[in-house]
Order: sequence, then structure tokens, then C-alpha cells
Amino acid sequence: MPFDRPQHAVSPGLWALAWRRLRSDRVAMVSLAIVLFFIGQMILSATGLIAKDWSREVGVNYAPPSFLGPDEAAPAAPGATGVPEPSASDKPTEIPEIKDPLADALAAIRGQGGAAKPAAPEEGKTVDPLADIMAEIKSEEKAAAPAEQRRATLPFGADKWGRDVLKKVIKGSETSIFVGLAAAVVATFLGTLFGAVAGYYGKWLDDFFNWFYSVFTAIPYLLLILAVAAVLQQKGTMTIVLILGLTGWTGTFRLIRGEYLKHKGREYVQAADAIGASNARRMFVHIFPNVSHIVLVQLSIYTVAFIKSEVILSFLGFGVPVDVVSWGSMLNEAQNELILGKWWQLAAAGTYMAVLVTAFSLFTDALRDALDPKLK
Amino acid sequence: METLLSVRKLRVNFRLDKQTTFEAVKGISVDIPRNATVALVGESGSGKSVTSLSILGLLPKENATILPGSEILYGGRNLVALDALELRKLRGADISMIFQEPMTSLNPVFTVGFQLGEVLRLHMGLSPGGARKRAVALLEEVGIPDPKFKINAYPSQLSGGQQQRVMIAMAIACEPKLLIADEPTTALDVTIQKQILELIAELQRRHQMSVLFITHDLAVVGEIADYVVVMRNGEIREQGPAKAVFENPQDAYTQALLQCRPRLDRRPMRLPVIEDFMNGGGRAMNLTERSRGVAASDPIILDVRHLGKNFYSRDGLFGQRKFEAVKNVSFKLPKGKTLGLVGESGSGKTTVGLTLMRLHEASSGEALFEGRDILSMTPREFMGYKRRIQIIFQNPYASLNPRMIVGQILTEPMLIHGIGASAQERTDLAFEMLDKVGLPEVSFYKYPHEFSGGQRQRIAIARCLALKPDILICDESVSALDVSVQAQVLNLLQDLQDEFHLSYIFISHDLAVVKYISDQVMVMNQGEIIEIADSDEIYRHPREPYTRKLLSAIPRGWHRGR
Repeated sequence: MPFDRPQHAVSPGLWALAWRRLRSDRVAMVSLAIVLFFIGQMILSATGLIAKDWSREVGVNYAPPSFLGPDEAAPAAPGATGVPEPSASDKPTEIPEIKDPLADALAAIRGQGGAAKPAAPEEGKTVDPLADIMAEIKSEEKAAAPAEQRRATLPFGADKWGRDVLKKVIKGSETSIFVGLAAAVVATFLGTLFGAVAGYYGKWLDDFFNWFYSVFTAIPYLLLILAVAAVLQQKGTMTIVLILGLTGWTGTFRLIRGEYLKHKGREYVQAADAIGASNARRMFVHIFPNVSHIVLVQLSIYTVAFIKSEVILSFLGFGVPVDVVSWGSMLNEAQNELILGKWWQLAAAGTYMAVLVTAFSLFTDALRDALDPKLK
Repeated sequence: METLLSVRKLRVNFRLDKQTTFEAVKGISVDIPRNATVALVGESGSGKSVTSLSILGLLPKENATILPGSEILYGGRNLVALDALELRKLRGADISMIFQEPMTSLNPVFTVGFQLGEVLRLHMGLSPGGARKRAVALLEEVGIPDPKFKINAYPSQLSGGQQQRVMIAMAIACEPKLLIADEPTTALDVTIQKQILELIAELQRRHQMSVLFITHDLAVVGEIADYVVVMRNGEIREQGPAKAVFENPQDAYTQALLQCRPRLDRRPMRLPVIEDFMNGGGRAMNLTERSRGVAASDPIILDVRHLGKNFYSRDGLFGQRKFEAVKNVSFKLPKGKTLGLVGESGSGKTTVGLTLMRLHEASSGEALFEGRDILSMTPREFMGYKRRIQIIFQNPYASLNPRMIVGQILTEPMLIHGIGASAQERTDLAFEMLDKVGLPEVSFYKYPHEFSGGQRQRIAIARCLALKPDILICDESVSALDVSVQAQVLNLLQDLQDEFHLSYIFISHDLAVVKYISDQVMVMNQGEIIEIADSDEIYRHPREPYTRKLLSAIPRGWHRGR
């Protein structure tokens, strides 16, 4: 055929136009930068480039943030400074001396504990199979930091064991953001699939999914989460992802079902039927791109919600296992510390979460505006 | 002639996004005299509705600005400079408006009487009892039967024509001096349109108001206007008394508008289009008449027998209510000819088209396509025939997937039906189709939203052509288009029929268009065929009373001594 085809660039589609609109929105760009910063931080910490040594006890117990200056009570705290063995953290002497009606009983117990514990390292040194390695690590530490002393202050304070709160919160973001994103993907995928099938086919399939949806939403949310947690029977990051993903799809389902109901009657879908497009083709090639902006917005809304949910779950003790740190587990620890006036862990985790969630929410709002299908 | 309201150098800007603005109205000046009807005529994008909205101060505040220097003088005051409160006092009381869609202009959760009464209580300060009495009188005046009963009806219980009458009653409730009617009959059937036009004309005379009548249809204007203003792209092309504009139009665009519209008394080989006039020297047109009609010897491609379609709605707990949308419809479609299908809304004409496409399942009857009944085939068997019978929908804005580029839209049907051996071949075919419907090659890479309505309808036609169909069903395919674009698309359809010997089923409520394009016309009412005859025959000698009623409702446009 004698057509000389001009090499013409494809016109900007919806996504290109949306990106252009988004880029002119200052709030959106700042929020996006913050979100990307957090995600970058999460990737760095996941690959072990930063906050790898978050569990090292580098400061004195409850070392205050640097800007507050060292705690006056700190030198008096027994075992805080001048103790050459940082690994012996669970000192019974940590319990503050107060006039306790059960003092005698406690003293007896402490006497037993005290008798047993100090002896342990002494004896262990000779029989411990890891003794060589331990010695090596210790010597390395000494070489690196000859004045290996627990620091009296840390940039943003330390927790009960003297771990750096700042590193802990970075490590915690890894868990929290991952859980938020992964659970959002699971929930949005389920909601979209169910919604598309129910809305497109209608009839008994729609009835079935609607019943399923009604039953699901009729159960109180926390109860449902606990039920799923009880069924899954193990603690772990993936478990939380599954819990949140399996319980959270309902909102997307309702939205996408409505969209499919609306779109399947549209003329362009009828036209696709007229040219012989199959059901699957109409559902996913024709209709889906027209509702995909809703899916994307749902995804980001869910991410925000699930980051918060993970925090709540961990706070309630159904969240991540003890050896994993997340913002939720930090807040859980912080409730005890707050009574002692050690507010920095709470502040760090709270601020981090608040900043990310706010930025993500603002970004989601802007995204929704930018993707508003006001087609010209 | 005393002037009631005058628009002076009105300029309105619309903000499209942060940087770009669009001047919708470019400094127009219009005078509306007392006790007269002024028609503002123009196609979409001409700025006619923007002008009327700026008179009432109803332009959207977020993105529309009336530029300084614009004046709208009414009673010695400049409406542009009035504050919101004073404008609100004028609205409804001195100047009122009726809109295009009566169905969406009335609030569905309040009764007609309540909504009418609200206007009376707010503007005239009537008591609830007094307002009710006046509302009944108003409903009677606008010709609602049994107004005492209908005052308690909800909008959904009224027909479209009655809803528009209620809107008119609300508009004239406070005896306004100026009534702005923005396309008040466009959404209505021809017979209803005629009644509403007569009502507006009568009310204008009786109340001695001025009417600003906004429309795209010159034929409607010819019936009622004293003065005509023709707008295009935000500018006034021509204005003057109706007689002068219709009998001796000066502007090329006005001439084009008058000529583009298919006429009942003539049928040229091709309809003139705007370009013929705008480029000057468009007078030398081919005025040869095209002869239409079906001969008994024409081969039949589609033979529809006793087609029926029922819809069921739930009634009570277990009951079903049957609605017969199409009843016992039989007709034959000759090859290479056009069957026009006319009727008012709800007559079942679209259902016939969709049922033949099997987009709806037929309840009874058969449709023989080359001797085989396509309605009883399995979906797999029908797949082969699906290609050969295609449909073009009414709304070109809705029938193209907004997320696909035109190239994808055109190659998709070929892909599904295995036309063209490779992607390259299909692409070549798509370019060929674009060329056929008169679109440039770059269109291949664009999205539907970058095209105008007429261009989109061309894309939809190209998509059907890609399948090389034998039968093309045009479901109100030109109804949503501007007059000038309508002519282009009708010409295109005609050219394609001449070239490929396609058979058309042309569904439309527009009797003039059907007269122009059809060989045979079938009139439907309430699901039944009223009359089938050759198109010249049916327009000249309608047999059935319903056909006669329908034909007499066609706006005749300007005629001497009206």
C-alpha cells in the first residue's frame, strides 16, 4: 500500500495529561517527594545500607536526645556507665529502689536472681562455644571505638535497652511501609477482581458477591481481624499483610462494582460487543483502563489506612513478632516509657508516621484530582 | 422600538488550565426589544449559551470571567457590575430562564406544586394558600390537563413535554419581562416540540414579554422569531429582522446554515456543507435531484418476520410485569438501499436495531440474512455474521473508548475477526479506512477526545467499515451533530453506499434527515409498525393519521406570511 506513514508521536493519553496536571500541583510534588524519600529510606534499610545495626545498644538506657543534654540521673543509674560488658543488659538492678510493701519478697527473689546471674557470664566464658566469636566481636568493637562507652545522649534518644531510637524508627518504617503497600495491593486486587466480575456479569454472580460483601462488612472490623489472625495461627509480617488484605477489599469492591455496572451499559462497550469482542476482552481491555484511575486512588488510600492499621495491630499485640521492629511495636513500648517521662520513642515513631501518612494522603488527594476523568 | 435589554461588547473568557484561556464570546452587541422574540442561533461552541448565562450572572465563577468593558444594560443598570444579592432579586422576577433538559431541571423529590409554589412565595411573597391557587392557574395556563390533580404529582409522573410545561410555568410565574429559553425543545419529540413552540409564542403575545430563544435549529427559529442573531465561534455573523435574515442572508455562514439542512421539498445528490459557502463561490452546487425508492426486483438482504421484544420488570414479590417494546415487526431490507425508521421516543425503533444486532435478545420472530435466521443462531455461529451487520451509535462521544488511540480502535475489530494477516497489514487497512472517511493519517495516533463530534462519528464509521459489513444500522447517528457536520456525515454515508452498495437501516427522530437519506420509510409507534412506504410516497401521501400528525409537526422554517 502506497502510504508513507509520518512518524508521529502518539498523543498524550490520560496518564500523561494527569502527570502534567500533577506536576503543576506544588502540594502534590512536595508530598510525592516525601513519600519517595520514605520509600527510598525503606529500600536502603531493607538492603542493609542504613540502620543495619539498629539493635546495638549504643547508648545508656533511656539516653535522652542530644538536644536535651545528658540525663543528670544517668551517672547514678547503676550499670549505665563504666560497665565493660554491653551484652549484659538485663540487670536486675534496673528496678528503681522505692519503698515497696513487697520489698522483702522482692529482695528474696532478687537475691536468687542476683546470685544466679552474675555467675553465669563468669562460668559461661569457659564453656561457651561462641566465646571465640564473642571475643573477636568485642575486640573489633574496641578497635573501632576504643572508648567503647555507652553514650549519655543520642541524636534522638535511646530506648529501654539503649538502642538508638532514630535507627529503630528507620528500621521500623521498613516493616510498616511494606505491610501498608503489600496489604493495599492484595486488598485492591481482590476488590477489583470481585467488583469487576460482580458488576459485569450481574445476575446470580452479583447476588453472590453482594451477599459475601454484606456478611463480611456485618462483622465488626477488629473482630474480623482477630478471627483471621486466629486462623492463620502465626505471627509475622506476611500474616499481617494477609489479615489486612483479606479483610480490606470491601470498599474497593463496592466502588469497582458500581463502575462496572455503569460502564457495561455505555455505548463504547456495546460497540465492542457489536464488533465481536469477548466478555473478558470487554471487561479488561475496554472497561478496566476506564476505571484504573479509581483503582490507583484506592491503592493509595489503602496504603495510608493499612500503615495505620499495622500500627494499631502491633500496638494491640497482634502485630509483628518481638524480634521485628515496626512503628506499632515502638508505640507499644512507648506506652510504658511515657509513664517514666521518656517521651522520645513515642515522638519519633509518631512523627515519622504522621509525616508519611499526611504526605501520602495529600498526594492521594492530588492524584484523585489529577486523574479526574473530565475528558475533553 | 424600545429596547428592554442590551448587551454591549460582551467578552467572556474561560480558563482551561493554569496558563491557557479561551475566549468564548468575543465582544458581541445585541439589543433585545420589548415584546418581541429574539433568536440566538449557532452551532455548538458558538457562545450562544454563554451569552445567555452571563445575562443572568450564572456563569461558573471558578473558570469564567466577564472581561472589563463588557456591559449588559437592563433598566438603566449594568448587570455585569451588580452584586450577587441584587442579581438574585432580578432572576426569576424580571428575567427568568428555561433550560434544555426538563427532566434534570426539576427536583425529583418535590411535587410540582411545591416547586412552583416556592417561586411564588420567594419572589411574590404569596401565602402558601395563595401560592397554591396561583400555581393551579399557572399550570392551567401552560396547558397541563387536570391541573388540580397534577399539582400534587412528582416530576417523574409527568411526561417530558409536561415537565417542560411545568418549567415554563415556573419561568413565567412572576410575570418576567424577559424569558430566556435555552434550547427548550431540543430534548423533545417533534410533536411535543411543536406544542411547546406554540405555547411559548402564545405566552409571549399574551404577557407581552420579550423572549430570547437560543437554538441550533434555524427551522425552529423561522417559526417564532422576530429578530435573528447568528453566532459562530463567539462572534456575531449576522443579525437583523427574521424576514431579512431568512430571505436575503448576507453572510456566507448564514447562507450555509440555511442550505445544509436537508429539506423536505428537495433532495440534491450531495448536501451542501459549510466549506462550500465559506470559501466563496459555493453557489455552483450540484443541484441534480437524487431519485429514491425501492423496486420490487431489488434483491432482499435482510428479511425480518414478526420480530418481538419484551422487557420484564419485577412487580410485587414474585410477579413480573411485561412491557412489549417491539410487537410483531416485519420488514424487508433490499440490498444497497436505505430503510428509514422513524418514530417518537419510546416507539421501539432503537430496540429493533439493537435486537437485530443481538445486543438485545429477541423474544420472538426471526431475521433471515441470506436465508438463515440470525436470531436463533448460537453465539459461535453468529460470530461470522456479526462482522457483516454493524451499528453506528448516536453519541460519538460515548461510543469510542476514551483510553484507546484511534489506531487501536480501528484495528481491534480486524484483530477479533482475523482480518488482515499481520499487524502491519491491519495498520495499512486502518490507514485506508481513515482515508475513506476523510480523516488525516495523524489521526491514527490520537485519542478520541482530540476530535470534534463529527470527526468522532467518522471514526465510528471507519471502525464499522473495517469489517466490510453488508448492513449498517445507524442509530440516530447524526442526531447529536451540528447542522453543518450532519451534512458532512450524511454525505459520507451516501458516498459509502454508492461505493460499496451497503444497506442501511437509518433510525432517527428527525423526519427531514430520514426523508433525505432513505429509499423506504417505516413509521413506528409504541412498538408497532404504522406504515411502510417509499419515502417520497410517504411524505407526499401519508396514509395513516399518526404519520400525518408526525409530518405536520416538522418545523417548516421561514415561510412567507406566516
